[in-house]
Amino acid sequence: MTAPQNNQHGVAVGVRGLRKRFGRHEVLKGIDLEVQPGEILVIMGPSGSGKSVLLRHIIGLEPPDEGDIVINDESIQSPGVMGKYRLAMVFQSGALLNSLTVGENVGLYLSEHRLKPPEEIAAIVTEKLEAVGLEGVEKKMPNELSGGMKKRVAIARALVIEPQLILYDEPTSELDPLSAIVIGEEIFKLKQDIHVTSLVVTHDRDLAFGVADRLAFIHEGRILAIGTPDEMKRRSEPVIQKFLHADFNPKNQL
Amino acid sequence: MFQNIGEIVLLFWRALLALPLAWRHRQKVFDQFFEIGNASLLMVCVLSFFIGGVLALQTGPVLVERGLASAVGGLVGISLAKELSPVMMAILIAGRIGSAMAAEIGSMRVYQEIDALRTMNINPLHYLVLPRVLAIAVALPMLVTFSILVGWLGGALVAFSNDSIAISFQVFFANLHEVVELGDVANGVFKSLCFALIVGVVSCHQGLVTIGGPRGIGRSVTKAVVNSIVLIVIFDYILTRMLLN
Repeated sequence: MTAPQNNQHGVAVGVRGLRKRFGRHEVLKGIDLEVQPGEILVIMGPSGSGKSVLLRHIIGLEPPDEGDIVINDESIQSPGVMGKYRLAMVFQSGALLNSLTVGENVGLYLSEHRLKPPEEIAAIVTEKLEAVGLEGVEKKMPNELSGGMKKRVAIARALVIEPQLILYDEPTSELDPLSAIVIGEEIFKLKQDIHVTSLVVTHDRDLAFGVADRLAFIHEGRILAIGTPDEMKRRSEPVIQKFLHADFNPKNQL
Repeated sequence: MFQNIGEIVLLFWRALLALPLAWRHRQKVFDQFFEIGNASLLMVCVLSFFIGGVLALQTGPVLVERGLASAVGGLVGISLAKELSPVMMAILIAGRIGSAMAAEIGSMRVYQEIDALRTMNINPLHYLVLPRVLAIAVALPMLVTFSILVGWLGGALVAFSNDSIAISFQVFFANLHEVVELGDVANGVFKSLCFALIVGVVSCHQGLVTIGGPRGIGRSVTKAVVNSIVLIVIFDYILTRMLLN
């Protein structure tokens, strides 16, 4: 990994009164959130509580009905702001382009924006793939990779952008515990190495408590609680307690 | 429906505005062009040959009965050049290539690949739509030109080999040469360019608005093909009226 440069420091992210409605269903009911530069904020909550929709707003894939998202105090709806900061998202499915090889996927940002000559792009691709523990996979197609490898390629693709903010949508879903640990280590390593600001949406309690500087709990479109992992463990709200301490033990419940 | 039409027109307009970027995406245009040609050339060849043959077979005996055997070449030639080749090939391409475009872009939309492009500041219009529309706009007129020539050959062969028509190649092509002008072929090729734009833009639009899972992709493919064919037939009438004057 290359040494961090000044412009690689993470950005501050603010979500102000965000509301979103799909048809008659209000998914986000006034979200307020502040994320510090270089922080890892993990967003947890039950399925359908609006976590992924929140991420899609922050990266600019969904326009808010009300409220605003600010990056370093600049609204992302202002002209040129999204182009000013380097943002990346690791999708739940990886979202690799299936028609491209792994190498082409990872180098896509550089090749499409013509930021480097092809030889340099190839070297960067190899470097970023090695950074996520993948070697010699450049020529493979995405469908030849396992779920964990796809997620790591998606992280490598995000790294090529040299992001100041990375959003992870369920990065360990569908992964075995060992692959999940590797992904968790990658997320933490990126914070250490390039001081990137990270927002992680997950149901995975081990990942959440393993990497989070702070945890936010979202329930029915609202932030119910936010704090450090220790503070969250001490929260008294039944829904948080139930979520954080749910045991899978159906045999004993029968 | 009106929203769909509006979106299609808007997509076409944006693709036109993006034309100066075509050179930058030339490799993708060439890849798509190769895909269209490779997938369609054999089918175009077979279809055109038999359309020309059937046309000669249906009209030849009737014309021969009325002492107009020498008119077969002209009739087959002008029908193919001005109407049958452009329309039939456009419908074939809508089914073969338009469906593939809608399915590919639709699955990219459903599986968040298009979202991934947008997070990398890569405009899906430039990356996906422009190369496909440009490639089909170049490929279809070329396929139609080829189809016209093959269709004429099929018509001539049937006119020669069928006992109830039995006219020589020379007579067939002499009459064809007499009746069909270069402008008639250009007329058909121009129509095919318009049809290509319809198939390209409608199919890409349908792919981009795909929602849901595999069923959504299936729905988009069906809509892309049906809407393209309906628009081809409507625009065929409009263009024919315009070109007649």
